[in-house]
Amino acid sequence: MLILDRATYDGIVAHAKRDHPDEACGVVAGPEGSDRAERLVEMVNAAGSPTFYEFDSTDLLRLYREMDARDEEPVVVYHSHTATEAYPSRTDIGLAMEPRAHYVLVGTRENGNNDGPVEFRSYRIVDGEVTEEEVTVVDSLSATPTTPGDPDAR
Amino acid sequence: MPVEVRIPTILRTYTDDQKSVQASGSSLSDLIDDLEANHPGLKDRLIEGGDLRRFVNVYVNDEDVRFLGGLEAPLTDGDQVVVLPAVAGG
Repeated sequence: MLILDRATYDGIVAHAKRDHPDEACGVVAGPEGSDRAERLVEMVNAAGSPTFYEFDSTDLLRLYREMDARDEEPVVVYHSHTATEAYPSRTDIGLAMEPRAHYVLVGTRENGNNDGPVEFRSYRIVDGEVTEEEVTVVDSLSATPTTPGDPDAR
Repeated sequence: MPVEVRIPTILRTYTDDQKSVQASGSSLSDLIDDLEANHPGLKDRLIEGGDLRRFVNVYVNDEDVRFLGGLEAPLTDGDQVVVLPAVAGG
């Protein structure tokens, strides 16, 4: 199950609506191993396309360096489908390289840039296998749990 | 010539879970051969048909190697190489 706070959920939806009809993409970073989606990072779709997305290679390096410095990982990798169902395409499955991430798909085909509902679905993609999971939106994530392991032991 | 190579999560199965490994080579191509010698299987995840895979990004000192000559990109002692799979899809 993916748990998102309301602000992050709304942020992802707003990004997808804003970039429609092109695909929007980004991550929600969180402490490594915590499965907590804490920090929304909108990325530029370097492909600028309604049928493809790709993080710009320089932005990608900067993002991973930043996450590394903060002991974070991409808890969520999201993108939108603007004309088709919010289900991973064959390309999405073939290029899914974060086995621990929740892959979120937002479908904007119904209302485009306008108000109104979107499809919002989440998947695990591991070794080419897609498993859909429930998405739960909460007012805010529960109080920060203690990080497993001794932070001084690094 | 030791060069530090940062390995992404998905490829750490080849490096005993290590986030970074040391390798040597005077070009990226040599470096990848050296990596392969110590971590068999890694080369195939980086190279396809004699060139870097389209959806694997490799950086030398924070510069995308596609702008440095690709596999021919020169390396010197102390350089840092980062491997990152593209985040992309359709």
